[in-house]
Amino acid sequence: MFKKLWKGLAKTREKLTSGLKGLFSGGRQLDDDFIEDLEEVLYSSDMGATAVKIIERVQKAYKKREIESTEQVFEFLKKDLAERLSGGDTSLRRAASGPTVVLVAGVNGSGKTTSIAKLTKHFKEQGLSVLLAAGDTFRAAAVEQLTIWADRLDVPIVKGETGSDPAAVAYDAVEAALARQVDILLVDTAGRLHTQKNLMTELEKIRNVLSKKIADAPHEVLLVLDATTGQNAVQQAKLFSETIQVTGLVLSKLDGTAKGGAVISIRDQVDIPVKFIGVGEQPDDLEVFEPAPFVDALLES
Amino acid sequence: MFESISKSLDSVFSRFRKKGGVLTEENIQEGLREIRQALLEADVNFKVAKGFVKSIQEQAVGAEVLKSVSPGQQLIKIVHDELAVLMGEKAAPIQLNPGLTVIMMVGLQGSGKTTTCGKLAKLLSKQGRKPLLVAADIQRPAAIEQLRVLGKQLEMPVYTEEGGRPPDICQNGVRQASSQGCDVVILDTAGRLHIDDALMQELETVRKKVAVDEILLVCDAMTGQDAVNSAKEFNQRLEVSGVILTKLDGDTRGGAALSIRQVTGKPIKFVGVGEKLDKLEVFHPDRMADRILGMGDVVSLVEKAQEHIDQEQAEETAAKLLNNTFTLDDMLDQFRMVKKMGSVKSLLDMVPGMKQLTGGVAMPEDMDKQFGRMEAIIQSMTPRERTHPDLIEPSRRHRIARGSGLAIADVNGLLKEFKQVRKMFQQLGGAGGKMPGGLGGKLAGKFLPGMPGGAKKAKQVKQLKKQGKLLQVADPAVLRDEMKRAEKQRKLEKRKRKDKAKQRRGNR
Ligand SMILES: Nc1nc2c(ncn2[C@@H]2O[C@H](COP(=O)(O)OP(=O)(O)O)[C@@H](O)[C@H]2O)c(=O)[nH]1
Ligand SMILES: [Mg+2]
Repeated sequence: MFKKLWKGLAKTREKLTSGLKGLFSGGRQLDDDFIEDLEEVLYSSDMGATAVKIIERVQKAYKKREIESTEQVFEFLKKDLAERLSGGDTSLRRAASGPTVVLVAGVNGSGKTTSIAKLTKHFKEQGLSVLLAAGDTFRAAAVEQLTIWADRLDVPIVKGETGSDPAAVAYDAVEAALARQVDILLVDTAGRLHTQKNLMTELEKIRNVLSKKIADAPHEVLLVLDATTGQNAVQQAKLFSETIQVTGLVLSKLDGTAKGGAVISIRDQVDIPVKFIGVGEQPDDLEVFEPAPFVDALLES
Repeated sequence: MFESISKSLDSVFSRFRKKGGVLTEENIQEGLREIRQALLEADVNFKVAKGFVKSIQEQAVGAEVLKSVSPGQQLIKIVHDELAVLMGEKAAPIQLNPGLTVIMMVGLQGSGKTTTCGKLAKLLSKQGRKPLLVAADIQRPAAIEQLRVLGKQLEMPVYTEEGGRPPDICQNGVRQASSQGCDVVILDTAGRLHIDDALMQELETVRKKVAVDEILLVCDAMTGQDAVNSAKEFNQRLEVSGVILTKLDGDTRGGAALSIRQVTGKPIKFVGVGEKLDKLEVFHPDRMADRILGMGDVVSLVEKAQEHIDQEQAEETAAKLLNNTFTLDDMLDQFRMVKKMGSVKSLLDMVPGMKQLTGGVAMPEDMDKQFGRMEAIIQSMTPRERTHPDLIEPSRRHRIARGSGLAIADVNGLLKEFKQVRKMFQQLGGAGGKMPGGLGGKLAGKFLPGMPGGAKKAKQVKQLKKQGKLLQVADPAVLRDEMKRAEKQRKLEKRKRKDKAKQRRGNR
C-alpha cells in the first residue's frame, strides 16, 4: 500500500522541498519565523484558508502546553489532520443485494475514465463481476477510451453513440446489470465544470435514472478530483454534492508533486470523505485512501 | 465571494480613513495581509504571493491617498496594476513563419492539450492558415482517435501512425505537411508528469529531431500551489515559448496564472473558455488581474478618479463658491471635469452596491446631454460675460443662443441655475446656516458630483470645509448618502406637488 505514492514523492522530495527541510527538527523556537514556515508547508499543500485554522489550533495547544517543542508540532498536526480525514463513512458502500451502482463524475480531465479502469481492476481482484457504462457521450472518442479499458480488463460495457443521451445509456446499463446479475456497475460521465447549469442538470438526470430500476441506486457517487487542483476543488465538491449527493472522493494524480491538501478544506467545508487515491495511469495505480500516510506525505519536507 | 476582498480591505482601512493622508508601512500592514490572503485563496503560490506583497509594500508606502477613494481601494488599484504588469504584455501572438510553422503542445495529464490542439487549429485556419494535426499521444487510450474525430469536425488532416515512437511520429508528420498543402503543424503530445524523467526526455528528443517554432505549455486554470513546480520543470527542460490556460470558463480565480508567469517568465498566449472548438481567446493580462483579485469595478473607479479629478481644482472651485467669486468659467470647468469622468451614471454604476441603489433612484439619464448643452452655452459667451453674468441682457442672450444652437429658454435656464448656485453658496458660506429644504443638495450634487448635500447639517459642512474636504468626489459612502437623500427629497416634493394640486382642485 502507498508504495507508489512513496516512490513518487521520494523522487521529488529532496528536489522541491529542500528549503523546508528541518522545519520540524529540534532546536527551533515556536516563534513567528516558525509559524511562517509552517504556514508555507500548509498552504503549499493547497489546503487554503484551512491553514489559518490549523495554525490557530497549534498556537492554542502551545499556550496550553500541550505542545512544547517544534517536533511535537509535527506529531500534533499528524494526529490532528489524520483524525479530520478519517471520520465518517470512508468505506465503499455496497448494495444489500443485487448490483452495486457507482456513479463517477468530475470536471474535465480530472481522471474519471482512468479511475473507472482502476476501480474495475480493484473490484475484479476481489472476485466481483463488473459492468461498465460509457456515459461520456460528449467528448470525442470518450466511448472508445472506455471501450479500450473494458477490452483490456475483460469486462462487458454498455455504450451508445457519441452525442446520444447519457441518461439513456445509464438506464440501459442498469437493465443490463440486473439481467447479467453483475456485482458492480461503474457509470462513467462526461467531464463538466460545476458552474455549467445545464450540464449539472443532465448529471442529475443521470443520477435519477439510475434509481428507476434499483431503488437505492446509485449506492456510491464518486467525485474524481485532480490532486493538482487548488481552492476551486472546494467549489467543485460543493456544487457536485448539491446536485448528485457525492458520497466519496477519488483523489487522482497523487503521483505528481501536488500534495492534494484541498481535500482537507473539503472535509472542513463540505465533509466528503476521500475513498481512493490515484497514483498513476495504469489500472493498478489505485489505492484505498489511508489518512496517516497521506498526512505524512503532506507534511514531510 | 469575489467582492469580499474589497469589503474586508475597507474595514481594515476604516480607522485609517478618518486620518487620511499617506500610505505608510504601519497603516498598510493589515491591508497587505488581506491582500496576501486573497492571493492565496486565488491559488497564487505561497512564495510568489509573499514576494508580490513585498513589492506592493515598497510601491505603496509613501503614496498619497486620493481623496476620492478609500485607502483600501487605492491599495487594490496598486495591487491590480502590479498584477497586470506581472501578467505580461498584451496578447503575445503565435510566431508564424512565412513557410512552415511547427507548434508543440505539452503539459500534465488532463490539462486539455488535445482539445486545445483542435481549438488552435481552428483559430489559425480562420487566419488563413492550413494546419496539420499530428497525433503523438500514444499513451492514453483513444487519444489518437480523439484527435482524428476533431480533425474530421474541423475538416483538417490528421497525421497518425501505428506503433511508432512519438519523436518519429512528430518528425514524419512534419515531413508530410507540405505535401498535404499545410503550413502549420500542431503536435499533440501525451500528458506527462514533469518528474517523469523518461517521458520528459522524450519531449526533448522531439525538439531535437524537429524544428519546433513554438512550444506551448497547456495548464489547467484550476491548478493550485503545484503550478510552479510543473511549469518550472517543463520550461527548464523544453524552454517553452508560451502558455495556454484552459478551463477558465469555470469559477476559478486562476491565481496559477501569476505563479506560472513568475516562474517561467513566459507569456500566457491564449485562454480556453469552453469545450467547443471556437472557445479559445487571446489572453488579456488586466482581465486576469481583475479576476484574481475579484474586483475589476473598484479598480476602474479608482483609475477614473485618479485620471480625471484634479482635487486641487475642485477645492479651489469650492472655495470660490463659498467666497462668492464663482464664475461661469468655473462652472464650465466643473462640467468638463464631470464629462471627463465619463458618464455620471456609469461612474455611479461602478461603485460596488451602487447599482441596486441607483436602480431605485433613477439618475437622470440625460445628465450627460444636459452638461453638453450647458457647456455649449457658456462657450458662446465672451470672457467678460463669463465673469460678469449680470451683463447678459436679452440681446446678448439672443446672440448666445444662436451661437450655441440652442433656444433662449436654455440660456435663461442656465443663467437662472447659475445664480441659484451662487446664491445658495453665498448663504452657505456666509451664514453657514440653514439651507432651504435640500435645494442646495440637489444643485451641489449636480454641479459637484458627490458633494455632500446642502441639506446636511451646517456643522458638518463647516467641518468638511475646515478639513479642506468639501469635495469628496465619488466617495462611495458620500455618494450613497447623497442618493438616498435625493430620493427622499424627490418623494417629498412629489407629495407637496400633489398636495398643492389637491388644494387647487379643492379651491375651485
Ligand atoms: N499521473 C497520473 N495521471 C492520471 C491519473 N489519473 C488519470 N490520469 C491521466 O489524466 C488524463 C485524463 O484522464 P481521463 O481519465 O481521461 O480523465 P476524464 O476526462 O476525467 O475521464 C489521462 O491522460 C490519464 O491517463 C493519475 O492518478 N496519475
Ligand atoms: Mg473521460
